[in-house]
Amino acid sequence: MPANSLQSQSQPESQSESPSPPSPYLLEMRGITKQFPGVLANDRVDFNVKAGEVHTLLGENGAGKSTLMNVLYGLHQPDEGEVRMNGEQLSISSPSDAIARGIGMVHQHFMLVPTLTVTENVALGLKSDRRPLTDLPTVEKRITELSQAYGLQVDPNAYVWQLAVGERQRVEILKALYREVSLLVLDEPTAVLTPQEVEELIAVLRQLATDGRGLVFISHKLHEVMSVSDRITVLRDGHVSGETTPAETSREQLAQMMVGRPVKLVPDKPEVDVGEVKLVIKDLEVEGDRGNLAVNGISLEVLAGEIFGLAGVSGNGQRELAQAIAGLREAKSGTVSIDGTDVTNAHPSSVRKAGLSYVPEERMRDGVVSGFSVSENMMLLSRRESEFARFGFMRFGAIKEHSSNLVDRFAVKTPNIDTPTRNLSGGNIQKLILARELSSSPKVILAAQPTRGVDIGAAEYINEQLAKQKANGCATLLVSEDLDEVLALADRIGVIYEGRLMDVIDAKTATPHQLGLLMAGVAKAA
Amino acid sequence: MNLLAIVDFSVVEIFAARSGWSGFFTLSTLVVTIAATIRLATPFVIASVGESVGQRSGVLNLGVDGVMLLGAFGAYYTTLETGSPWLGLAVGTGVGAVMGLVYAFITVTLHAQQGISGIGIYLFGLGMSDLLFRQLVGTPKPIGGFEGLFEFSVPETRFDVAYPDLYNHSILVYMAFLLVPAVTLLVNRTTFGMNVRAVGETPEAADSLGVSVTRTRYSTIIIANSLAGVAGAALALEKGIFIQNITNGMGFIAVALVYFGAWRPIGVMAGSLLFGLVNALVLQWKTLGIISGATAQLAEMAPAAVTIIALVVVTNRIGQPSALTQPFRRGAH
Ligand SMILES: Nc1ncnc2c1ncn2[C@@H]1O[C@H](COP(=O)(O)OP(=O)(O)OP(=O)(O)O)[C@@H](O)[C@H]1O
Ligand SMILES: [Mg+2]
Repeated sequence: MPANSLQSQSQPESQSESPSPPSPYLLEMRGITKQFPGVLANDRVDFNVKAGEVHTLLGENGAGKSTLMNVLYGLHQPDEGEVRMNGEQLSISSPSDAIARGIGMVHQHFMLVPTLTVTENVALGLKSDRRPLTDLPTVEKRITELSQAYGLQVDPNAYVWQLAVGERQRVEILKALYREVSLLVLDEPTAVLTPQEVEELIAVLRQLATDGRGLVFISHKLHEVMSVSDRITVLRDGHVSGETTPAETSREQLAQMMVGRPVKLVPDKPEVDVGEVKLVIKDLEVEGDRGNLAVNGISLEVLAGEIFGLAGVSGNGQRELAQAIAGLREAKSGTVSIDGTDVTNAHPSSVRKAGLSYVPEERMRDGVVSGFSVSENMMLLSRRESEFARFGFMRFGAIKEHSSNLVDRFAVKTPNIDTPTRNLSGGNIQKLILARELSSSPKVILAAQPTRGVDIGAAEYINEQLAKQKANGCATLLVSEDLDEVLALADRIGVIYEGRLMDVIDAKTATPHQLGLLMAGVAKAA
Repeated sequence: MNLLAIVDFSVVEIFAARSGWSGFFTLSTLVVTIAATIRLATPFVIASVGESVGQRSGVLNLGVDGVMLLGAFGAYYTTLETGSPWLGLAVGTGVGAVMGLVYAFITVTLHAQQGISGIGIYLFGLGMSDLLFRQLVGTPKPIGGFEGLFEFSVPETRFDVAYPDLYNHSILVYMAFLLVPAVTLLVNRTTFGMNVRAVGETPEAADSLGVSVTRTRYSTIIIANSLAGVAGAALALEKGIFIQNITNGMGFIAVALVYFGAWRPIGVMAGSLLFGLVNALVLQWKTLGIISGATAQLAEMAPAAVTIIALVVVTNRIGQPSALTQPFRRGAH
């Protein structure tokens, strides 16, 4: 094992300025065990955090990271184990207990009320000095101070639904800072941020640690982990598989600790001779939810054997574009054709019949029926194929075999194929959708943020599958905010900004800096 | 359907003074129409503003009508026995609060499906109020309600006070319309109200900040049902009588009015007034003989039809609490 299980007393510069603390640790979790139906999510996990450090929790999808942190925050009750802060044993039975002990958490799925303002979201749950009335001006003043002190710019009077993802993130952090937390947990805070926003966030996290707080950071992106962490603990299948520091390890080693086997971090980009045009989008205009022109005249073509990367900050029309292609949203004008068939505003099933496979961005909503079992979701597409049905009746034997086969091949982590899909971790739901979509030999793949929130083992697999389909002559439109991913996979890269295609660049010559500028709407003339 | 006939005898008497269209286009008829609109809208305002509080926290109660019936009977019987409408009002409110506690236990603590539970509450209220009435009272006896607040306290010679019908309502009517600013203030300006809005929209977010979803929803459900009890009491006290199914579905209209008013007390009040107006006009045309026979019976359905049409036309989902009808369980996803 490359894992280095050094105990932390021997760490070089531990910040022990406070006079003889009762415990060297701000937080200690000992022997935490949490069993869900069919899944041992945490298996005697030991985890600790010192004041002034960023301790990263790393692990594959479903490894139990969120579960461990939810136990800490009082959202789940552990079956076994104890939690101590500053040496004192706590019983945390609800989030209010956690807040009272100075624990703050930025959850994997934002915990914000969209219809309230930023200030109201921060004030929620606080005692007001003007009871029973709210005291929003005081809260607003403090928010402004905090956001200046930490460079967390946000308009306190904006409604949360008006904010971009990056701003919402800042609100979450402000909520915790307002409560003067001594321990801050951030569960995959970077999953939805642009590269620039990630850099800013990391700077904020470092500053918070320097101020003496303890931080728990969760992310699947190894370069972030290497740059922000003081210590790293790796979870695998619910138990701790190792602890190390960035100085002692490398990305490759971390990947191996997470997955249990060597992982190829940069995917191969097979050289494929491109063929004829498979996907044609012409002057497409699509309205967004609020009646705005979310897609404002986009034209592009994707050839067989080519991956076209569509980069851009989310919310610039990608979602509407993808939905319009898949037949899930009406195109106002323009055309879409797949493999020579005009599928503009066609029914989703006709679009599929024309050869499209669609990996949606909002997988919980558009990608699966969350109450259905894993195998039922696997069958959603092929349910009419004669192999799995006779005279309209499902052939359960064949279905079972096919599903188990896909679950194995795509390494979907699930207790069994009859488990309700909603109980799977986010990354595993994504794998399930990919397994379904890619097993149907498509002509065109539309993949929206296919590796968002997916662990490296799965990302490697997904990337391999996309490369393989490319080699098979499939035309792929890859919509992604992750520049590394776009650069690694795509042959040509288009940047979308405010519903328009800013520029299309050959991936061989593109640089992250150049793409970052285009994503921010800076014109191509530069 | 005798809803209109029983709602306000006094209105009928005034209408009866003249007849035909000639009686309709007069100043006094206008005054009477406005007065009747306000009175007929009163129980709707109370019940639907109350229900809006419950819905803002994410709890739908289809049982409003049943709670109104129980509140109406409680107020009627107490007033009958003690002669005090104030005691009657208090008992009506209390009955509503108890029903709220029951409904909160079923839907919040036991996580039961709200639609079905509400219908259960309705059927219980319908049956129970009738049973109690027959056991305890038997034949309807009139009771004395609240007096008009300004009766003959001003000289009749002054023009601006020549139509006391406009403002000479009982204290209940004034309390009902005062509820609108009061609830607006409660929801928008207090910590409790902010918790209510958060719990109705994103309960997990509220919970993660230590706001008790359970306690908040218990409170709003008790408020909503107490007000349903008050609405029932107002109905019985204003009419001075109780009969079987006295509400005749008013509670269901009240629930619809919450949607119509886009969950805002002021909108809910506007809807109640519109409803009151349609009721008043139908009543008036009937009394004046403008419509009669089958037409009159058809016209009696106008309020329901107007409600449905208004709901279809006006209602959009903007303003609907996202977590409406969703039970909350911590840690479930
Ligand atoms: N409420 C729940 N009920 C049943 N099973 C659950 C529940 N929450 C989590 N699990 C299961 O527990 C395991 C651990 O899940 P957890 O969310 O902690 O993973 P994770 O490490 O955070 O993964 P990801 O990177 O995908 O967020 C998974 O197999 C998941 O399916
Ligand atoms: Mg997680």
